[in-house]
Amino acid sequence: MTHFAIETKDLSRIYKIRGNKKEKQIRKELVALENVTLTVERGELFGLLGPNGAGKTTLIKILTTLLAPTSGWARVAGYDVIQHPNLVRPRINMVSGGESSGYGLLTVRENLWMFSQFYGMPSKEANQRIVELLKMVGLEDRIHTKSSDLSTGLRQKMNIVRGFLTDPEVLFLDEPTLGLDVGAARDVRKLIRSWLEADKSRTLLLTTHYMVEAEELCDRVAIINKGRVLACDTPANLKRNLQRDAIFEIETSPLNGLTPQLLQNQPEVRKAALTDIEGGARLELILQEEAALASVINILTQKNVKVRRLTKREPTLEDVFMDLVGQKMEDVEKEEAPHAG
Amino acid sequence: MQANPSLVLRGSPKVSGWRLFLKTIVARAYPRVIGMQREKSWLFFDVFLPMLAVSAYVFVYRAIGAPEEYVGFVVMGGAMTAFWMNVLWSMSSQLYWEKEQGNLALYIIAPNSMMAILLGMAVGGLFATALRATAIVIVGSLMFNVTYSVASFTQLLLVFFLAMTALYGMGMMSASLFLLLSREAWHISNLAQEPVYLFSGFYFPIKSFNFWVAAAASIIPLTLGLDAMRQLVFPSGASLGFLSVNVEIAVLIVLCVLFLIGAKFLLDYMEKLAIREGRLTESRR
Repeated sequence: MTHFAIETKDLSRIYKIRGNKKEKQIRKELVALENVTLTVERGELFGLLGPNGAGKTTLIKILTTLLAPTSGWARVAGYDVIQHPNLVRPRINMVSGGESSGYGLLTVRENLWMFSQFYGMPSKEANQRIVELLKMVGLEDRIHTKSSDLSTGLRQKMNIVRGFLTDPEVLFLDEPTLGLDVGAARDVRKLIRSWLEADKSRTLLLTTHYMVEAEELCDRVAIINKGRVLACDTPANLKRNLQRDAIFEIETSPLNGLTPQLLQNQPEVRKAALTDIEGGARLELILQEEAALASVINILTQKNVKVRRLTKREPTLEDVFMDLVGQKMEDVEKEEAPHAG
Repeated sequence: MQANPSLVLRGSPKVSGWRLFLKTIVARAYPRVIGMQREKSWLFFDVFLPMLAVSAYVFVYRAIGAPEEYVGFVVMGGAMTAFWMNVLWSMSSQLYWEKEQGNLALYIIAPNSMMAILLGMAVGGLFATALRATAIVIVGSLMFNVTYSVASFTQLLLVFFLAMTALYGMGMMSASLFLLLSREAWHISNLAQEPVYLFSGFYFPIKSFNFWVAAAASIIPLTLGLDAMRQLVFPSGASLGFLSVNVEIAVLIVLCVLFLIGAKFLLDYMEKLAIREGRLTESRR
């Protein structure tokens, strides 16, 4: 048997979208995934990092047998997801952020028990495991609460427990901490780590658009945008490529029409991104040489922009993304990319 | 980090095959059965409200001097209405609601059979609705002084079993159909509700229709089921029956087979289409 938990080769997915009433005959195509080739080793915590609409969810849907690829192939736990979905399904589970699965009239325990039965778990073991897992996420006091009475965060914790409950070989978590408060997200991350520690053959594929989460949790990360994998490596290696660059964060007064493009036109300014903040702006710069900072400061001065704070910092995955895509992730999301999620 | 012992539970035997199939049926039936105990409003909506319609017909029949058996016909029709409502709103539209809630995708990726999920919905719905129907029969019979004279308990049970199997088979089939055809399942449910009240003869014997209309209406399992049950529990029922009980039993058997095979076929088709198109499992929220 292959030592890969997940393998994909040239995986593509194109959605055919019908036009509106006037354009009924016109069928548009959306490329959600384009020639994605990936391998994830057994025991690995692999992250897919990208903005909303990058193709992360489409990839998860294919890997969980919910969606057929347009071309290419994918194997999960050693089995082809299209040829042998019935061999893949007992070995996997999936949790999506913000899902409202289960039934509001049932208690937390009952909902979890119901889903465990669909995987053939003995009831006694399922109930025992439900209690233990709920304890681990701090939800044990809500075991007899109807799920309709849970807050969004608590409900998401219940969903996370549902994913771990059946003890899958490969677990897919699609934005698991979406909408969770800091404490709840920390509990979830702790459970993820503990689950993987407890059995080294378990594999977890996590999608997120939270850079810190990917950096903190993942053994390896694939950065995905517009359906294509732009880079795939350990967070440390991805950042290492940027370590020869100098990364600066500058807080300024309002920019008076200064654009990131103008700064990027300067020699040795590799990337510049701009975020509006209260009473001014924050510039993030990736410079080939520290010396290039002088020309940036010159331009700011010429435009009458005051520098309020200047920090040099270590590269983050956000910088890696900016370096690969040319924009910050939040800016890509704002652009309403026409790619399916 | 020290491995958490609670998480080292790997390798527990999980059942598969027919045992998984049965477990799935029980688990999916559970929310429906338990839901009735938790949500007591059904007593009002599913017993009191149908009794208003039943009462209206009873008063009309009594006012025009119709045979007293008609009162019993109406009470029995009122009880069977509960099953139709359950099939329409909690079976046919159910996969649509499951999709909207995000459950459909989870059902598909689980190793269980989707047919077991639908059977679980049907069994749970049937059990819960049987309680409502019994309540309507008891309340209606006491209110309007209906008397019964059962010709054959065996045949009565057989007709009820076949009518329910065919009816819920139809519900299972239409569950996939609604999902495939419909963006707004409740519109189709609304559309189907009243015509079935009329054509299945909930409040009058279908013999009142001409033969071909009654024959066409027999595609709805409740039509023949109700007609046969009325023939079996009221002394003059046979004279008001559409076909003989034995013929109706034979047709119901055919409908059972037809709808259950149709349900399996459409379910497989829906799942294939969902995987190919990627839309059917997506909630639109």
